[in-house]
Amino acid sequence: MQFDIEINKEHVTAKKGETIKNVLDRIGIKVPTLCYMNGFSPTGNCRMCVVEVDGIPGLVPSCSHPVEEWMKIRTHSPRVIKARKTLVELLLASHPNDCLYCERNGQCELQALAAELDVRERKYQSKRNSNQIDKACPSIERDTAKCVLCGRCIRICDEIIGVGAIDVIGRGSESRIGTTYNKGLNVRACVKCGQCIQVCPTGALSEKQTFQSVIEVLNNPDLYPVIQFSPTVPASIAEEFNLKTNKDILNLFRAALKKMGFRQIFDTSMAADLTIMEEAAEFTDRFNKHRSLPMFTSCCPSWVKFVEDIRPKFLENLSSARSPQQMMGRLIKQYITSSAGQKSKNVFIVSVMPCTAKKYEAGLDNQKESEVPFVDAVITTRELIKMIRLLGIDFSGLEPEPNDSAFSIRSSAGKLFGISGGHLEGVLRTIGFMMTGQEMNPLKINDLRGLKSRKETRIKIGKHFINVVSVSGLANVKTLLDEIEAGRNDIHLVEVMTCPFGCINGGGQPKGSDEKSLKMRMKTIYDVDEEEIIKVAHKNPIIKDLYEKFLAKPNSDRNKELLHVSRCPVEL
Amino acid sequence: MDQQFINILSEYPAGKKEGLLPILQEIQKERGFLTEDVLADVSLHLNLPINKIYGVAAFYDQFHFHPHGRNHFRICNGTACYLFGSSTFLKELEKQLKVKAGSTSRDGKFSLEIVTCLGSCDQAPVILVNETYYTRVTPGDLNKIIHSLKDKEE
Repeated sequence: MQFDIEINKEHVTAKKGETIKNVLDRIGIKVPTLCYMNGFSPTGNCRMCVVEVDGIPGLVPSCSHPVEEWMKIRTHSPRVIKARKTLVELLLASHPNDCLYCERNGQCELQALAAELDVRERKYQSKRNSNQIDKACPSIERDTAKCVLCGRCIRICDEIIGVGAIDVIGRGSESRIGTTYNKGLNVRACVKCGQCIQVCPTGALSEKQTFQSVIEVLNNPDLYPVIQFSPTVPASIAEEFNLKTNKDILNLFRAALKKMGFRQIFDTSMAADLTIMEEAAEFTDRFNKHRSLPMFTSCCPSWVKFVEDIRPKFLENLSSARSPQQMMGRLIKQYITSSAGQKSKNVFIVSVMPCTAKKYEAGLDNQKESEVPFVDAVITTRELIKMIRLLGIDFSGLEPEPNDSAFSIRSSAGKLFGISGGHLEGVLRTIGFMMTGQEMNPLKINDLRGLKSRKETRIKIGKHFINVVSVSGLANVKTLLDEIEAGRNDIHLVEVMTCPFGCINGGGQPKGSDEKSLKMRMKTIYDVDEEEIIKVAHKNPIIKDLYEKFLAKPNSDRNKELLHVSRCPVEL
Repeated sequence: MDQQFINILSEYPAGKKEGLLPILQEIQKERGFLTEDVLADVSLHLNLPINKIYGVAAFYDQFHFHPHGRNHFRICNGTACYLFGSSTFLKELEKQLKVKAGSTSRDGKFSLEIVTCLGSCDQAPVILVNETYYTRVTPGDLNKIIHSLKDKEE
């Protein structure tokens, strides 16, 4: 049902069931928000979006108030603006006064609001929030003093990730966001995905930063620093520095890393090819033996942690293959740098990932050999951006660096790992080849592309049909696991990515990714696949070479020792 | 999990979160306080994240997360008691009993809790020690109470 309402003395058509904010968005009137998240259930707790409605004595929050036929609304009347300003002033009353030193300086929504509403003094003084920094988690740091209790982190943790690791603790002015018994974020439920960082409007949440130690290593003459980068990173860097995402971007990106002082540069996609080989072999074996199906992919450390800690029944269904980051680390230390004449103890492997959980993964006990981790430091895309700025790298003056490392050849299948559905597409190409001896035709699987959070399709390989599911957003996997527990047994292979839309939207990516930039990142990767000559992992010459020289055949016992982990349940 | 606890849980259907508050109340009644282990078991039973359960429990003053002392002081901070100086009494109690409001002393002798009303505003200020009401408390009374309890403990 449609009807007319009046907004700022103009007639506007509204639909029944819409909120006031929906109408305002449509006609291009912007009201400030702090707790509002597009696509989430509104809570109306920050009151920043209040508007004046004739006939209602108080101001109403436009994000949660439905439109009604008789409404006459004023969105920017003096009363409304004064109320919003007071709200910001009250939030600032207990907020630390250290914007200049804050991680989020310049990108903070509270700071932007204060500027927008022309707050020019500290009008109210109240007891400052205690500034205990919660460093318990290996991936995420919380500075509770900067928290404005908007509750966005709680909602994304509940509704998208579905683990509910944090909640409001206490009541009224004593409310804090925290965990059970205020023990810090290193709780069982938290999967370290970092999506809470992405939605936090202030500097209360950030990744645990390691880039300072990386800079120290770069300046240490005794060490041999090398870097591996995730397939999603170059596109995000291009976006941040307004570079054209054409073919040169990879070479430009490599040039920047070389200039920073990294001696060798590796594309993690190459290890993704290796993961594909191992996973495809593992799957083919399980499929033929009808054992431990459906097989779940194991590249997302948050998802692996979720299975280990929350749904351990499915441990045997997880692929045992290590994630590309860890395979790459292992390969570099074991073979590659030794062929460059370096001792493995001098090699320092940095990996740059769109992910905060990778920091956690790199520190796990089963990702080390005699106490030495396979990957020495993990930095996020955001940290790399900081380093690029800090070390004065100017892209406009860089000469694109051709790919000189012999270990940097990768197929575009490995490149697809960053997108929800892409991992499946890449691995199915090789499964098809392993099961039939022939290339799949066509290679592209349209059903697995796009922004849907759950994609299901049926692939014909030889005389078999393989049912595959791709899920992104960990909350969505719960329904799938419930279906399987309830007896659904037609699924063979499942790809899970914790972050919505996959790693391109990871917790370590630049903040403020909207759907447009996500589509852009997706397109960049799919374009690479379009143009690439080697589109399947098993045709990558490096991979062939590795299997001939160093490794046994895929999924063999020897490779299991090197490239796989044993999945043992954690004590409950 | 002991039998008593299993009995409490078995009265409430698994996976139904509306059972949360009654379960917590019953456990609190039996045990006096809620421990992390207990919450973890409730979490498994109701299929709710443990942190959500803690969030709910921390909202209500009726739930406690550590055991009370043998002498549990409840000091009222409601309007009437506040006007009669309950906040100075609170400071005095914290100093003499060596416990912070909301916690229990290490030796388990004393614990101190701030409550918002004890229902006797006409008798303000009011302090409740275990089951005993002390009304129209003066600083002298407070000293006596503390000393007699300390003597009893020794």
